Amino acid sequence: MGSSSYFDFSSVDWAEMGSATWETIWVTLVSVLFTAIIGCLIGLLLFETKDSKSNGIQVINWLVSLFVNVFRSIPYIILIVVLIPFTNTLVHTIVGPVAALPSLILSAAPFFGRIVEMSFREIDQGVLEAAEAMGASHWTIIFKVLLPESLPALVSGLTVTAISLVGYTAMAGAIGAGGLGALAYNNGFLQYNGTIILVATILIVLFVFVLQWIGDLLVKIIDKRVV
Amino acid sequence: MIEFKDVSKTFETKEGTVHAIKDVNLKIDSGKIYGIIGYSGAGKTTLIRMLNGLEKPTTGSVNINGVAINQLSAKDLRVQRHKIGMIFQHFNLLWSRTVKENVMFPLEIAGVAKAEREKKALELIDLVGLEGKEDMYPASLSGGQKQRVGVARALANDPEILLSDEATSALDPETTDEVLDLLLDIKKRLNITIVLITHEMHVIRKICDNVAVLDGGKIIEEGEVLNVFKNPQQPLTQRFVSAESDPSHQETEIVLDELLNKYPNSRIVRLTFHGDQAKLPIVSEMVHEFPKVDLNIVAGNIKQTQEGSIGTLYLQLTGPEPQVAGSVNFLKKLRVETEVIADGK
Repeated sequence: MGSSSYFDFSSVDWAEMGSATWETIWVTLVSVLFTAIIGCLIGLLLFETKDSKSNGIQVINWLVSLFVNVFRSIPYIILIVVLIPFTNTLVHTIVGPVAALPSLILSAAPFFGRIVEMSFREIDQGVLEAAEAMGASHWTIIFKVLLPESLPALVSGLTVTAISLVGYTAMAGAIGAGGLGALAYNNGFLQYNGTIILVATILIVLFVFVLQWIGDLLVKIIDKRVV
Repeated sequence: MIEFKDVSKTFETKEGTVHAIKDVNLKIDSGKIYGIIGYSGAGKTTLIRMLNGLEKPTTGSVNINGVAINQLSAKDLRVQRHKIGMIFQHFNLLWSRTVKENVMFPLEIAGVAKAEREKKALELIDLVGLEGKEDMYPASLSGGQKQRVGVARALANDPEILLSDEATSALDPETTDEVLDLLLDIKKRLNITIVLITHEMHVIRKICDNVAVLDGGKIIEEGEVLNVFKNPQQPLTQRFVSAESDPSHQETEIVLDELLNKYPNSRIVRLTFHGDQAKLPIVSEMVHEFPKVDLNIVAGNIKQTQEGSIGTLYLQLTGPEPQVAGSVNFLKKLRVETEVIADGK
């Protein structure tokens, strides 16, 4: 496979490339959505159960921590394999983009959960106390103080998570989940078509750039801490 | 009426039990500004936080208008807190909200309807002098303006009590006075009770009606501000008072030493005037009475408190002994607090 094979654009099936790109985009977006929701719940659980004096709550904190640490430490490629039975029960298939979702979410949500917990902990304790002094209930504090005050940190954390999810999506593609990763591997690498690898790579890089740009823009809009 | 009854508070730490508050008994009348002064670690933060239940006493009870705050259920305590505003040293505003939204926050918590919230917030923003800044974010405000937002926010639910937790300690002297004037103005207009804690006697002198001095978790002295300034009993109180009423104390000492070296036969007295005395021509009367006495003013100042003014004056008196002694007696007779600090003999 010489260097010229990277620029033979006539060998690219653009319709196929387009549908693979779309697959990568929606698989990433759907898993980002679920990761955001589940990650916020995990982060909130970790934050709220930390430093509790009650034994029961300490056990919850320990269990959630354990879950987070286990899923964060398993390499993604192994996680896919480990999760095959679970995926099968959940979505009734182990190939295709839908089958990639459970493993993608389960690997990204704990990671994002830690980011959420950290973001919550960075909020000034005094602000939480002020809300308490005003007679705010626990849930009011969560929805009106914790979430809005940590929103810029949550959005930039989610951007980082989304970008690593793009990488995972490509990896999942290589073992049958479709998308640009699958295309680059099956039609590019296995069939000695460098152009497809190049185009798929460029598209993934562009996608990552766009995600980062959207994330930065959102943070800029919502962050009111700087004049 | 706020009442602390035999209140003690202990914390369990790794180093053992810490007695933060020891047997505090305190009555605070409605409509007053009550100041609690002490160095950091004296327990004043713990004490003020008991008033809105952020801290619970280990023993004793904290009553506000007959309601024992420390015995309320979590839900009742939240309702009670709507009627207790609090301002903080570091303002504790939500940066993600505009000035108006910050002031509306306690109203949201209390479940006030949206239109009502807006109206009340705008009123309060006017009250604290922040017209035109409704839609700005805290990050673009100065420290004094942030504290004004804090004050407006604390007043949102028409509280009966306003707690001030070192509210001016992070501000420069000029802004401190601005915020203090605002608090005084608010007390007069809304007739609410203000309980404040501070480590600056200046704050106490400027706006408080009553003061309690807290040391090591105990109240060592308590009373009307003017009385405490006039006649501080405890060494710690004396230190607070002299640091405030006589900021140039050390300089004065140096000048006095020099004068004594130069005129070993002179006598130096310190006069302390209170209230109306400060307005009387006492010194000139003395001069008329004892024309042979030469008089040299070494140092002097006058300060305003809520109940009247307090002045100090250092005088050097020289002349024939009977005349000098007579003039000192004359001053004492006029009930000016006269202290002979150097006898010159």
